[in-house]
Amino acid sequence: MIQVDNLTKYYGAFCAVNQIQFTLSSGEILGLLGPNGAGKTTTLRMLTGFLRPSAGAIQVGGMDIAARPLEVKRLMGYLPESAPLYPDMLVYDYLRYVAEIRGLGPADSAGRIRRLADLCQIGDVMHRPIGVLSKGYKQRVGLAHAMMSDPQILVLDEPTSGLDPNQIVEIRDIIREIGREKTVVLSTHILPEAEATCDRILIIHQGRIAADGSTEEIKRSAAGEYRVCLALRDAPPEDVRTRLGGVAGVTSVQISPEAGDLLRVALACRSESDLRPAIYQAVKATDWTLMELNQETQTLETIFRKLTREN
Amino acid sequence: MRQAWFIFKREFRAYFVSPVAYIVISIFLLITGWFFFATFFLFNQADLRNFFSLLPLVFSFVVPAITMRLMAEELHLGSYETLLTLPVTVAQVVAGKFLAAAAFVAVMLAPTLAYPASIALLGRLDWGPVAGGYAGALLLGAAFAAIGLFASSLTRSQIVAFIVGMAICFTLTLLGRVLFFLPEKIVGVLEYIGTDFHFQNIAKGVVDTRDLVYFASLVFIGLYATNLSIHEKH
Repeated sequence: MIQVDNLTKYYGAFCAVNQIQFTLSSGEILGLLGPNGAGKTTTLRMLTGFLRPSAGAIQVGGMDIAARPLEVKRLMGYLPESAPLYPDMLVYDYLRYVAEIRGLGPADSAGRIRRLADLCQIGDVMHRPIGVLSKGYKQRVGLAHAMMSDPQILVLDEPTSGLDPNQIVEIRDIIREIGREKTVVLSTHILPEAEATCDRILIIHQGRIAADGSTEEIKRSAAGEYRVCLALRDAPPEDVRTRLGGVAGVTSVQISPEAGDLLRVALACRSESDLRPAIYQAVKATDWTLMELNQETQTLETIFRKLTREN
Repeated sequence: MRQAWFIFKREFRAYFVSPVAYIVISIFLLITGWFFFATFFLFNQADLRNFFSLLPLVFSFVVPAITMRLMAEELHLGSYETLLTLPVTVAQVVAGKFLAAAAFVAVMLAPTLAYPASIALLGRLDWGPVAGGYAGALLLGAAFAAIGLFASSLTRSQIVAFIVGMAICFTLTLLGRVLFFLPEKIVGVLEYIGTDFHFQNIAKGVVDTRDLVYFASLVFIGLYATNLSIHEKH
């Protein structure tokens, strides 16, 4: 659905986005993650055609965004950061205006606005000016604005910033609901949010992609090394060392005996894939008793800090 | 072009939601009314020449006040990001906003039709120059609206937009009135560049294509520059 090649954006001499590259198929929810100023918003703005890239190309639904901006904009709904909408307009008037511009007829737009009002729960503020709404309501009006034409692609810049925990959960549910059929790209710097809503995460740091994959994949690969811990009974330590050390991807074996013939084994692994099946197979071939097998997971937070701390 | 119509509708309505519209219209009517009728009975002539000779100066600061909001407010609020990511072209946005400002100028002029109507009661009014004057006023208003829109697209501050727009409009108006200070050789050129010469021609009731072309090109240049200035921003 979306293909981004070597996307680069310079502001003067400052490189905000540096050769970002990814493809996204429909039905995926992609989260752009990164510290403030990493280039998330700039990337999204280029994706929606609002900013022109300094170099690189974006294809949406097979169309080049620079060559056919109008068609691409028709496929896309966009909610900019902090939902900048006209404060003097009534919510209903504003949504009506968006519906007109999006090419919905009067009959369609009335039904569509009613449905969006239900989905985003803005039914009770329809006849208030946008300027007097609380941040949460404003954000939801912005979401309704983005979803007006039932677009194939939804681009949301920090959709939950400034919301209270209840509202965050509500908006997340809405996004997941939409993400079942549509492509959603959202940016955030709240890690649990990315973990909870996104199928795939792109960690951006200083304009470059620092990690790309599902939360699980990032946890495994971005960390580089991870540990698998076992508890074994009836196992001679020397056999354990040779047998488990021989599994491809295991770099070191640490054994600490415990009371009652129990061996605690920690395997340091360096691999792109999950080594647990291979380790289990290695244990199964013997007559040891396997008491525990678990992978020590690093939280996304530690990985994020590790990836974005160093310059 | 339907998109431009929707943008026009929104912008035109937005004028009457905020108090700015009513303030600008009141000030305009107050100034033109007072300056016109203060001397009207001294001249003892049943015409609107005085009104129309004053109009370009009043327009020079009233029209930029009307247009200062159009782009500067969007830039300030950030709402141009939501606007430009809707399926519209920059040209449609510019056209819609320009037409809204021009229509507002027409609405503002409408109450002044009471002047010729009341004069016609007092004496024999020649309606030719009056019709020409109003046509000229609309053209001048449109040209100034295009210039004001351009000034508004340069900055996120409405005050700066107003001052820049007013400076350009005043310069164009005064150019025709300070000619006696200038060397003779360039007088012809400057007279042609200034708005006053063309406006007064039309206000006399003489419709010359050169004057129409002049106003049309001012509008075109203003809108084209606005278009470029918005493109430059993204």
